[in-house]
Amino acid sequence: MAKVLMKGNEALSEAAIKAGCTAFFGYPITPQNEIPEYLSERMEQEGLVFVQAESEVAAINMVYGASAAGARVMTSSSSPGIALKQEGISYLAGARLPCFICSVTRAGPGLGGILPAQADYFQAVKGGGNGDYYTPVYAPNSVQEATDLVFRAFNVADEYRTPVQMIVDGMLGQMMEPVELNPPPRVKVDKELYATSGNSDKRKRNIVNSLNLSGLGLEQMNHERFRDYEKIKEKETLSEYDVPKDAEIVFCAYGVPSRIAKNAISLLKKEGISAGLIRPITLWPFPEKDFLKLPKTVKAVLVTELSMGQMIEDVRLALNGSIPAYHYGRVGGVVFEPDEIAEEAKRILKKGGKKK
Amino acid sequence: MATKVIYDKSKGLDEKPFHYCPGCGHGIVHKLIAEVLVELGVLDKTISVSPVGCSVLAYDYFNCDGVQAAHGRAPAVAIGLKKACPDKIVFSYQGDGDLASIGTAETVHAAHRGDNTTIIFINNAIYGMTGGQMAPTTLIGQKTSTSPFGRSKKNCGLPIKVVEMLAQVPSSHYLERTSVHDFANIRKTKAAIKKAFQTQIDGKGFSMVEILSPCPVGWGIAPIKAMDFVKEQMMPYYPLGVYKDNGELTKLSGGEK
Amino acid sequence: MAKSNKNERIRISGFGGQGVLTVGQIVALLHLEHDRTVSWIPAYGAEMRGGTTNCSVIIQDDVIGSPIVAQDIDVLLAFNLPSLTRFEPLVKKGGKIIYNTSIIKDAPTRKDVEVIGVDATNISIALGSPKVQNMVMLGAYLKDHQYFDEEIIKKVLLIRFGEKAEKLIPINLSAIQKGRE
Repeated sequence: MAKVLMKGNEALSEAAIKAGCTAFFGYPITPQNEIPEYLSERMEQEGLVFVQAESEVAAINMVYGASAAGARVMTSSSSPGIALKQEGISYLAGARLPCFICSVTRAGPGLGGILPAQADYFQAVKGGGNGDYYTPVYAPNSVQEATDLVFRAFNVADEYRTPVQMIVDGMLGQMMEPVELNPPPRVKVDKELYATSGNSDKRKRNIVNSLNLSGLGLEQMNHERFRDYEKIKEKETLSEYDVPKDAEIVFCAYGVPSRIAKNAISLLKKEGISAGLIRPITLWPFPEKDFLKLPKTVKAVLVTELSMGQMIEDVRLALNGSIPAYHYGRVGGVVFEPDEIAEEAKRILKKGGKKK
Repeated sequence: MATKVIYDKSKGLDEKPFHYCPGCGHGIVHKLIAEVLVELGVLDKTISVSPVGCSVLAYDYFNCDGVQAAHGRAPAVAIGLKKACPDKIVFSYQGDGDLASIGTAETVHAAHRGDNTTIIFINNAIYGMTGGQMAPTTLIGQKTSTSPFGRSKKNCGLPIKVVEMLAQVPSSHYLERTSVHDFANIRKTKAAIKKAFQTQIDGKGFSMVEILSPCPVGWGIAPIKAMDFVKEQMMPYYPLGVYKDNGELTKLSGGEK
Repeated sequence: MAKSNKNERIRISGFGGQGVLTVGQIVALLHLEHDRTVSWIPAYGAEMRGGTTNCSVIIQDDVIGSPIVAQDIDVLLAFNLPSLTRFEPLVKKGGKIIYNTSIIKDAPTRKDVEVIGVDATNISIALGSPKVQNMVMLGAYLKDHQYFDEEIIKKVLLIRFGEKAEKLIPINLSAIQKGRE
């Protein structure tokens, strides 16, 4: 298939269809509207399910129902809408149901604004729902990568029976880039082992449930889930590690801001400063190991994110005090420029990477 | 001498014993649903959706696939299931806190879309599981753990009439209110449940049966008195009957104010 | 035949309804036909303040960093005065400003950039449709991109507008031709 120019939101929607997603449930919110708009047309054309729900809360619970029945299913929203979905995400995790959730993030808190922001790292990675759970979180930085990760997300969701999220910053959702949709083989899972698909004439009846009133029973359920989380950490962590052997400073950024960091690295190179990049592609699991293999020449890690400082907490945990980490962010929908973060890197290096 | 079975537990019910309190109406309605599913020959292709409330464990009792839903979200979960398997029978079983309070939006919009699903709605005028708090359906003057002086119109408004409300939603198809306070009404309730499931089997759209049901423990009265309470206190305010049939209004809202 | 080879950072701006976003997409599609790395991003939300709708297009070969052309503009296509006022200062020294003289009466004041005035709205009216003023502006941009011949332009227009819009192709091609003259 030749490359076509597609908007991020539309490309990832088409990728979902190519991934075998048979049902979409959503609710309008900017800046993700291209996803339901695109899918309302395409799902109908393909004879698949599209429902505009009465709320984000209803939409995620429809996802819960369709996933319980064994369907490959997705929803999309933006930050405040994802906040409303947290109840459902917790239930999906508790009942161990797979699904794909796409958040085209915007600036907050509250109604905030519709401009691009990364203020929902915590929301996606640390979970807003109740209980001990994680969801794998993908953070693409190009339209092509977004579609590749949609395919992966559906497979990971099915394989580990977990909701999977994708964070798309507003820029990536709105921008057009050349893309080629290459769906990998679909992971093979026998959903009749757990799905409430109304086939109890052919097997014992199935129950989808997150309730367990016995303390020891629920403890065991939690441990089982966390054993799977360990497998996910081991097998599904993704990152881009581009650190020269003589790097003095290393940027850490995800999504489109990682591309801005690449521009900054080029600017610094022109001035004779060697800089590198660690780009988490999965925000959970976080690519902790990348931070342990940094060369001795690295004096500081600069976390550039469109937030007041969220991912930096995971960076500091990964570094465990070995190298100082700094944060530079713009918020409210303001996007930093390459020269702006390059200057910040120089300021930090001037101080020898020591605390300001 | 050969023994003769004159009464048996429905095949539509699991072997698990009910956890419900003595005199509770849930057990009666569970049995009716189970019998109807067997009689209609759809038990094996049915998926139940349990609410949060006293009937949270309903999935344990119906002998078919079952999903437990978040509080109030059962109609949304139900349409998710139905969209994924349109040839199966999907019903949600919900109490008045679940359906008429926290899940109002999901309920109204299931009717609004004309979802081809069925809701069995237990109206017992109280929150049972959490310890007898006031529900939207609690009667004026009725004392509960959160209306210790009796529900007042001034602070809480008048109790919500769900079938009357949903009758006004253009896409609702079949709505009936029944009661399980005596044998005659239990039989009528079974007929209503059967009609609701038949509506779904025929692909006609949204069906719901609101069932007035006793909660002696929540109300703090003896089981027999609870049956009388349904008849004497609830039925005048919540008149029984078919409110919508075949998509047409059949009965306008009546009862005491 | 010559191929697209310049790196370009382009900003296209005008009133909503003047077709500026479409021009941006067509520019990106044309360079994509020559296997360049391209990106297109519209301004949305607060960035649209001041009565302009606009987009950024980047053409290069390696990985595109930030897709927003916030500074160092190589080519500015200004369809109205607010656009010119806002983006003229951000054009790179030696860059190019193509502006719509039909409705912008104050010419750009920069002396360190190439300035091209196009009577786009009037030309499109003369062609019979003010809707194609964006294509006249596109034509002006394509004047020094002669490697995009009519065949490839037609192909890209069909990709953008769909096969159903084939009957609209001739007037769009004429508008582009007028802008190129």
